[in-house]
Amino acid sequence: MSKQVVSTKVNGDPVDFICDPRESLLDVLRDRLGLTGSKEGCGTGDCGACSITLDGRLVCSCLVLGVEAEGKEIGTIEGVADGADLHILQEKIIDHAGLQCGVCTPGIIVAAKNLLEKNDNPTETEIRYWLAGNLCRCTGYDKIIRAVQDAAAELRKAA
Amino acid sequence: MAFDQQKDQQFKYIGTRPKRQDGIDKVTGQAKYGADTYQAGMLHGSIVRSPHAHARILKIDTSEAEALDGVKAIVTRADFATGLTGENWNILENIMADKRALYDGHALAAIAATSPLIARDAAKLVKVEYEPLPHVTDIVDAISGGAPIIRESSIEANVPEGYHKNICRRFECGKGDVEVGFGEADLIVERDFFTEATHQGYIEPHACLAHMTPDGKGELWCTTQGHYNVQRICAALLGIETSQLKVTASEIGGGFGAKTTVFIDPVACALSRKANRPVKMVMNRSEVLRATGPASSSWSTVKVGMKKDGTITAAQGTYRLQGGAFPSAPSESPAQVTFAPYDIEHAEMVGLSVLTNRPKQAAYRAPGAPMGVFASEQVLDEMAHELGIDPIDLRLKNAAKEGTKGVHGPTYKRIGLIETLEAAKAHPHYSIPLKENQGRGVACGFWFNFGGSTSVSMALSEDGSVALSIGTPDIGGSRASMALMAAEVLGIPYEDIRVTIADTASLGYNDNTHGSRVTYAVGLATIEACKSATQELCKRAAGEWGIDPEAVEWEDGYARPSGPNAGSFEPLSLKQLAAKMTQTGGPINGHFEASPQTAGPGFATHLVDVEVDPETGKSTVIRYTVVMDAGKAIHPDYVEGQMQGGAVQGIGWALNEEYVYGEDGRLQNTVFLDYRVPVASDLPMIDCVIIEVPNPGHPFGVRGVGETSIVPPLAAVANAVSAASGVRQTRLPMSPPRVLKSMKEGKVVG
Amino acid sequence: MKYFKPDSFDDAIEIATKAEGTTRFLAGGTDVLVQLRADIVTPDTLIDLKGIDGVSDITQNNDGSWTLGVAVTGAEMSEHPTLEKDWPGVVEAMDLIGSTQVQGRATLVGNLCNGSPAADSVPAMVAAGVTLTVKGPNGSREVAVEDVPTGPGKTSLSADEVVTAVHIPASGAGRGDAYERFIPRTEMDIAVVGCGISLRVVDNVIVEARVAMGAVAPTIRLVPDAATALEGSTLDDAALDAVAEAARAACSPIDDKRGTIEFRIDVAGVLAKRVAKTAYERARAAQ
Repeated sequence: MSKQVVSTKVNGDPVDFICDPRESLLDVLRDRLGLTGSKEGCGTGDCGACSITLDGRLVCSCLVLGVEAEGKEIGTIEGVADGADLHILQEKIIDHAGLQCGVCTPGIIVAAKNLLEKNDNPTETEIRYWLAGNLCRCTGYDKIIRAVQDAAAELRKAA
Repeated sequence: MAFDQQKDQQFKYIGTRPKRQDGIDKVTGQAKYGADTYQAGMLHGSIVRSPHAHARILKIDTSEAEALDGVKAIVTRADFATGLTGENWNILENIMADKRALYDGHALAAIAATSPLIARDAAKLVKVEYEPLPHVTDIVDAISGGAPIIRESSIEANVPEGYHKNICRRFECGKGDVEVGFGEADLIVERDFFTEATHQGYIEPHACLAHMTPDGKGELWCTTQGHYNVQRICAALLGIETSQLKVTASEIGGGFGAKTTVFIDPVACALSRKANRPVKMVMNRSEVLRATGPASSSWSTVKVGMKKDGTITAAQGTYRLQGGAFPSAPSESPAQVTFAPYDIEHAEMVGLSVLTNRPKQAAYRAPGAPMGVFASEQVLDEMAHELGIDPIDLRLKNAAKEGTKGVHGPTYKRIGLIETLEAAKAHPHYSIPLKENQGRGVACGFWFNFGGSTSVSMALSEDGSVALSIGTPDIGGSRASMALMAAEVLGIPYEDIRVTIADTASLGYNDNTHGSRVTYAVGLATIEACKSATQELCKRAAGEWGIDPEAVEWEDGYARPSGPNAGSFEPLSLKQLAAKMTQTGGPINGHFEASPQTAGPGFATHLVDVEVDPETGKSTVIRYTVVMDAGKAIHPDYVEGQMQGGAVQGIGWALNEEYVYGEDGRLQNTVFLDYRVPVASDLPMIDCVIIEVPNPGHPFGVRGVGETSIVPPLAAVANAVSAASGVRQTRLPMSPPRVLKSMKEGKVVG
Repeated sequence: MKYFKPDSFDDAIEIATKAEGTTRFLAGGTDVLVQLRADIVTPDTLIDLKGIDGVSDITQNNDGSWTLGVAVTGAEMSEHPTLEKDWPGVVEAMDLIGSTQVQGRATLVGNLCNGSPAADSVPAMVAAGVTLTVKGPNGSREVAVEDVPTGPGKTSLSADEVVTAVHIPASGAGRGDAYERFIPRTEMDIAVVGCGISLRVVDNVIVEARVAMGAVAPTIRLVPDAATALEGSTLDDAALDAVAEAARAACSPIDDKRGTIEFRIDVAGVLAKRVAKTAYERARAAQ
């Protein structure tokens, strides 16, 4: 089957790749670009472990085709920290033990960061609904929610 | 150490909450899980699976698949070892069918190709001829009259004549004479309870990368709870020597028991051996749900006799667990666990393992216990209500304590059940008034906890930092706990210790990360390994000072002269001693190997408030409190994490999770859309109270916490829903259609 | 699978007309990709509509009606400053589909053309009287949403026809609409029962109503009897009971992994009452 050349920006850098039209953007990120921070937990958009931003919009990369990314700006977990400086959410997830196995963590951080960019003072309920598409099987969500609340408070303080 | 002494131990690092050492890797996406490695020349595997619940395999024609460009190897059962017995045979039979497909999703053949898409395309070209056979998937049907016999050969010798031939194992335990006990009772309640199979639901599907070479050696990278176990099983299934296969555990994206066995790892090895290239295999979610190891479904019958004052006079239980087409259901567990929290004179417990056309069940967090406790703790709840006794008081009245002989045999040393009950009763949660349509549930739970074979080694560097090697994958923050315990013994900062999960070639044998054993057993081994190093450090200091090594003690990071005759010397720090170690006798390392037998049982009491919508039967958990005896919480954050995670998995099991099989015997809900695990918006915060009644069998008092946390919630939530709905809920899941129907009919039916 | 991203609907239609085998149009992809991944449908031809001008636009026309491009996502609808004021039921129905991540991709037209009897946005669109422009090789036609689904996974559109725009009527004074569904969790589920109601009040009296039910029959159902039960009333208890009864009478559901026949019929009535109350409150507030 014919493959296509796709030009994108990934975490701010220009990136070109070749892919089969059947490959999801998640397949491309992982298998062709080596960005394995985005995980495949379901492949059906139900778990959120592959969360990325596409032109700033939060999406599941398993529900986007690689070829659809032409001309798009892609943001992945690998681009969340600023070099060695962790994003406040990353720090708070560690501080609050908002991870156990850690496999859902990249998706949670990408999703929560997207929330805090829109709303730096979300209620507990707003956080829980925003993250309803990010399954975590280890933590029962409690410590994740607290970490996001604390990160939001820090962001408000800094603003 | 005496109990009081142990209770009063002062710690510098234990009990603090430092950042976990793998934190940065895991929040930046750098941590490498099972599917996150690649190798030059690597092939991708896919598996051909049975669409039938039960079928004879007449022919597998791989010719078309083989002809596809990019296909490099195809394996079937013929590519694995023959002559296996016992569990090795069962595992092989499960991961690659031989003459019969035993369940929907059973693997029949596997392909390695140059891309994942080609491997998938090739799988569709494999032609299999089946002769469908009668099937059974329901536990009650499976042991009723006309059910097809799944595997007569697996019936164990102690199963009495006259039992249905799908009952393959029988276990019993107890004490006293239940007839006498029931004779003393003022109230007797007997009920049947049913639970559906649930899946552990770890977010990371099984994944591995195998590279076998023509010299019979191999390397395997995989996501597992125990790479030594993977090594042993894979070697057996491939017919090679164990030590020729080096297995490295990746970071693990959840397991909850299900990654203590293997599914694709030996298949990847067999493909690699045939193709002579590295082969990566990654399951998709549908494969995980259809063809890995969910927990058993169950049918329990529990009968309890009680005096008017709440004293339990007798308890009887029969626990039937369905474990798929293999004799593996953990039916001995509910028999032992359900009434373990209570001091009962007369008890008789039976566990039965049942075969069906479902996948081979795998461990799921306190395997077998939650479903049995779902029955026993509800009967107690019902009796408390009937007798007008507060449910916590009823449990306190019968609670096991030090010296109680449990119904399963052992006599308890110091345990903390009463402390959890008292803390639950005193917790503000217990006195918050309930509103209309709300109900409160209480339940207790027990888990044995476990030691298991363990090897740990530590190496001191000249700069005074320490490398600690353990052989149990870190599934929930255990690196941090080990580093804390090492820091406590060595007296050096937590940050100076780096913990690595060693591969099978670098450290001796370790059992899996399971059985709530890691913080206890690997912790104990870490402490002892570090102590062996501090002894050596004391010896080096003694040499420096020219005194007897016995006259030197290790305290808070320093070697100090000890006793009145040791003399007066400036204490030497670990850093100072390490700097000179190569001149004072060579490298200083510590190690410890053992199978510790002194695990301390864990008890918990859970409180939950549920609101039931009377018009739709939908239950919402509005408040949840976990009270658990951790013995000693090494890193309290990760203890709470276990408590919260276990409770929430239990909530899912209670309310919405279930395996749904169709009339055709095929699994109907093979994606997370319909296998409904709790999402963030379903839940409240989960309050935690950590009780610390030290385990006398661990230097710092550690008990395990991973499993007890999922034992009570099924029953606790059911007690709450029963209270809110006015109907005793005897079936899981308590899905809205079932609860609504029960409210209309005044009872739970099918 | 061949992937095309034409820049006009005419080109899209031409590609579809010439294509052999299975053709799918791609907007949000939240169903197409799942089916592709699960080997349920692997299209031979996939036509991405997102390269066509205007497909992501939300426009309010001079007469107060709305035109939405076919690739407008749920998130874009929720974020629009005024659409929700006019049609809160349509927006909330769309918003209920999937997660935040799915909202970033999913579209009204995709939800409709997937043909699921449980599609959340469809009862709300039917209740609101939403129509579509459908274009094929022989030109354009206007179709009411309720005429599109013909059975599970099936629509009345032919293989070379493509939806080019979604039209929501002007809401006008006294209009209120609402959608609610029943799911066992709080999010991420497929509707077990769904109900969309749009109504208009004058002096607190319901003068016109449309009621649509989802997940209780092979297609989304418009329930005229339920509308009749509401019309002329001030949503008193008798009207509520009548709307519940009519909603239940319209059900011909199945037993499946998501719910039983009995449960769906029962809850259809419960939802019809609840949704009617919300729609009525909104309508009164909009007088």
